[in-house]
Amino acid sequence: MRLHLLALLARGPAHGYELKQGLEQLLGSAYPQPNVGQIYVTLGRLEKQGLIEGEDIEQSSRPNKKVYRLTESGQEELRAWFERPEDEPRVRDDFFMKLALAPGTGLADRIALINKQRRQYLNSMRNLSKLATVEDRDNRIAHLLIEGAMLHLQADLDWLERCQEELEELE
Amino acid sequence: MSDSPAPVLRAEKLIRTHYGESGPAHAVRGVDLSVRHGEFVAVTGPSGAGKSTLLHLLGGLQQPDSGSLWLDGECTDTWREARWAVERRKRIGIVFQFFNLVSNLSVADNVELPALLAGASPKRARAERDELLAELGIAGKERSLPGELSGGEQQRVALARALVNHPPLLLADEPAGSLDSKGTREVMRLLSRFHQRGQTIVLVTHDARLASAADRVISFFDGRIADDAELDSTPSRRPGASGVLKLSD
Repeated sequence: MRLHLLALLARGPAHGYELKQGLEQLLGSAYPQPNVGQIYVTLGRLEKQGLIEGEDIEQSSRPNKKVYRLTESGQEELRAWFERPEDEPRVRDDFFMKLALAPGTGLADRIALINKQRRQYLNSMRNLSKLATVEDRDNRIAHLLIEGAMLHLQADLDWLERCQEELEELE
Repeated sequence: MSDSPAPVLRAEKLIRTHYGESGPAHAVRGVDLSVRHGEFVAVTGPSGAGKSTLLHLLGGLQQPDSGSLWLDGECTDTWREARWAVERRKRIGIVFQFFNLVSNLSVADNVELPALLAGASPKRARAERDELLAELGIAGKERSLPGELSGGEQQRVALARALVNHPPLLLADEPAGSLDSKGTREVMRLLSRFHQRGQTIVLVTHDARLASAADRVISFFDGRIADDAELDSTPSRRPGASGVLKLSD
């Protein structure tokens, strides 16, 4: 999350709660909402690393709030992040390890594992479909996030089908 | 016996083999299935698993080699093609991947024809058609020919035609199979809406997005039911936490 916060701060100085709201508004309800404590802890670390600077702002009726802004080295860190392509999300897959290791354990049947996993994916898909119907129509970013997750799930489900086809032939 | 009404559809030990040049293909290999009133069931599986053949058996478009099928408790085993054609008009609406509209009839005539064939007065048929086209968001296209419409619009006309006689059962065979993702979402939304009003639906699709609109998903492999799962009716309050979208530190 540290780089996400840096990116938000590159738009302009903000305090912790504003950053939380910024993420939520941008990404919509499909994104797991970051807890505000986690954000403050991360901001503290970033400040220690010199990537951001905080300034206490006095408020008349409430405790001071700290407004953060990006430093020069914060900007460098962020630039490197944008430069770097990301690893594909599924190089290691715990489900596949279960499938590979199940035979001979006497503890799990491979087709049953596939069926269970398929149910899980289908329920996730259903939840995402429902989210898509309630998400603000004009929030294109939030909709793209949901659509991306659904396409990943579709691929996972297609791959489960392949596993099932291959393994049933072996039996 | 319980007091609950007979299922809309019940199949027992359905078997259907296709005989082609490459030898017999066992499309459906002993399927037992029951669909209750108001259920929305999706059948998914790889292409060639036999799911379309299954749907055709359920709609009487093909006959099984053996096994039995009941509609609303009535056994269909003795029905011949002519009887099926009559029953399909009233009891079963069907939509297909390629719409199968009559290309030289207007949208209005495509939708009204099955109503007229089922004995509705022209006035009544027109009223039903008006209502459905408005509901499906294609009012104003009555005089168009199917070829003048987009794929998504043609599928909506096909849906209107399938529903014009208020059949208890709607069968859909890859209804979004030739549509883009916007068209797919549209079909999904419409099927969900009719389902919410009580329409019983059996949908065959390889598209998991579409299948996830159903409340029960049957996984079909190699002519058999591999899994039959009810999906959660209550989405988790924090769906993002499902692991599809992960917040990384």
